[in-house]
Amino acid sequence: MSVITTTTYSKPNHKGYFGAYGGKFVPETLIPALNDLEVAYKEASEDAEFEKEYLHLLHEYVGRPTELSFADRLTGFYGGAKIYLKREDLCHTGAHKINNAIGQILLALRMGKKRIIAETGAGQHGVATATACAKFGVECVVYMGEEDMVRQKLNVDRMQLMGAEVRGVSSGSKTLKDATNEAIRDWVTNVDDTFYIIGSVVGPHPYPMMVRNFHRIIGDETKRQLMDIEGRLPDYLIACVGGGSNAMGIFYPFINDDVHIIGVEAGGLGVESGQTAATLTKGKPGVLHGSMSYLLHDQEGQIELAHSISAGLDYPGIGPEHAYLHDTKRVDYHAVTDAEALEAVSLLSRLEGIIPALETAHAFAWLEKLMPKTTSEEIVVLNCSGRGDKDMETISKYL
Amino acid sequence: MNRINKVFEQKKDEKVMSLFITAGYPNVNETVNLILGFERNGADIVELGMPFSDPLADGPIIQYSSNVAISNGVTIQGIFDMVAETRKNSEIPIILMGYINPMVRYGLEKFFSNAAKAGVDGLIVPDLPLDEATMIEEFAHSNGIQLIYLIAPNTSDERMQLSDDKSNGFVYCVSVTGVTGARDGSEVQQSVDTFIQRSKANITKNPLMVGFGIKNYNDAQSISKEADGFIVGSALIEIIRDTYPTENWKDEVFNFVHQLKFGYPNQ
Ligand SMILES: Cc1ncc(COP(=O)(O)O)c(C=O)c1O
Repeated sequence: MSVITTTTYSKPNHKGYFGAYGGKFVPETLIPALNDLEVAYKEASEDAEFEKEYLHLLHEYVGRPTELSFADRLTGFYGGAKIYLKREDLCHTGAHKINNAIGQILLALRMGKKRIIAETGAGQHGVATATACAKFGVECVVYMGEEDMVRQKLNVDRMQLMGAEVRGVSSGSKTLKDATNEAIRDWVTNVDDTFYIIGSVVGPHPYPMMVRNFHRIIGDETKRQLMDIEGRLPDYLIACVGGGSNAMGIFYPFINDDVHIIGVEAGGLGVESGQTAATLTKGKPGVLHGSMSYLLHDQEGQIELAHSISAGLDYPGIGPEHAYLHDTKRVDYHAVTDAEALEAVSLLSRLEGIIPALETAHAFAWLEKLMPKTTSEEIVVLNCSGRGDKDMETISKYL
Repeated sequence: MNRINKVFEQKKDEKVMSLFITAGYPNVNETVNLILGFERNGADIVELGMPFSDPLADGPIIQYSSNVAISNGVTIQGIFDMVAETRKNSEIPIILMGYINPMVRYGLEKFFSNAAKAGVDGLIVPDLPLDEATMIEEFAHSNGIQLIYLIAPNTSDERMQLSDDKSNGFVYCVSVTGVTGARDGSEVQQSVDTFIQRSKANITKNPLMVGFGIKNYNDAQSISKEADGFIVGSALIEIIRDTYPTENWKDEVFNFVHQLKFGYPNQ
């Protein structure tokens, strides 16, 4: 099913570095666990049976391949390039996150782990992990910031209904960063029997590489589908970037192609407002949650609180591969504000009958800037990473 | 000779006691007084924690003291000043303990040279395992700062030997897999004996210090039976938290310290 592209881009290196970014910045206690994981992942990825089971589940449980939908009214609205949407919102559980959760739980089972932990922001990764755990009958603990538990209450209920224990985190900003700290502390303590399913292309090596590879099916399918429909590659690829997993998933198979790639970060109240989550735009290199990447931190190296209306983008870090793609200018990164994202939610809902997640809406909002520069001969593919049901409470407050 | 090595030379017949506090906790003006008081009451080494907003190897108590210290406005430069101030009156070995991000942001080269100028002897970085430490090794060596690595119960023999090879001063045995914090004595004891024995077989160059979870004299003595000494952090910070700012808080804290080392109070 997967289209294996022959690539000249081969990151990370054997130490988990994408240029200057990545690595394994963790307490010694986790080093044996990461080394075991690296070996197990390598064996699994060379095992045709593993690939077969992963693809089988993605097909008959998740519902892949997801459609590549032509957004004709949105295209007409802007009057420029043709816009196609890669419909990750149609995945079981409502977002791309399940691709990775399925891949990692299969790996956890293969490694004989009895207990799964995860962190979650928007709750989509938590739901995906709880889903995978229910499907395989494995104990599941999800760490979630207390603020996020309020703004994504629907997802808390979903996780609990599927038997997961949701542990509220009250430290720091009570959001994704703090949930990740707590998940890592749990892992350090219970490293023998516990597998940590990280929800984005962040964390220590091999996670950024592994999570990317579990999501590359998004880009592989897109390439094949667009070839079938249009007989060519897109001119532009766009995705929102929190930690960066849906973006890496769709970008990665196109890295060596002549395609203009754009990542959209959460600008919050504005990148100069001090209330932002635009890590690449405003951040500086540093180390958080196990890897070197761009970060929002002050002069003293204390992590700054991020702000975004979207819980899934409300994170002061970003995956190390994005830091590398940013520095090498292979990918352009921009930021849009909370208000622009909300506008995009209404626009897409009215024009296409698709209510996007607030995270996803950030990618749509960039079309305002991009589309006037395009022509009707060009093609834009946007990764529609998730659906907006979970955000209805937040969205209706602003309508 | 480096102050750390000297302590282990001189204290061959007793358990070396190293105490951890977060710099700037409970306030920035007390850190130097606390260090000097610890020394008077039996501390052989002081580990000065540089607070970080996201201390992912620490339990609730050190998270708390770190947050207080950050709100007290403690800075890396401020911590160097505290060390320099202490050096006017004391030759106690001072080891800085902190996460890598603030050092990266400060500038690694500058960090090591200013630390050495202030009178810092060693450095422990809990989120910088051997594999990543090449980024600081050269700066540490050229400035005479000793790097101390941690080993845990799940560390392989081979990695223990590598840690011994790379460490100077001592090797830090993390007695349990987990974050910092005082634990039930028996919980620590059970796992620790076999671990220390294995560590001793692999660590041949450096002294061995055991830490994580020690909260009183009895814990300290039994856990460090086979080691060269012990490290106490969370339990000490807990005493400060519980007594500060009552009138005699420092007396109580110093009494606790004396008791930890000698088994009886100082008064
Ligand atoms: C629908 C959706 N899109 C995007 C994200 C952001 O994560 P990432 O950048 O890893 O894709 C999330 C995170 O919760 C999400 O739920």
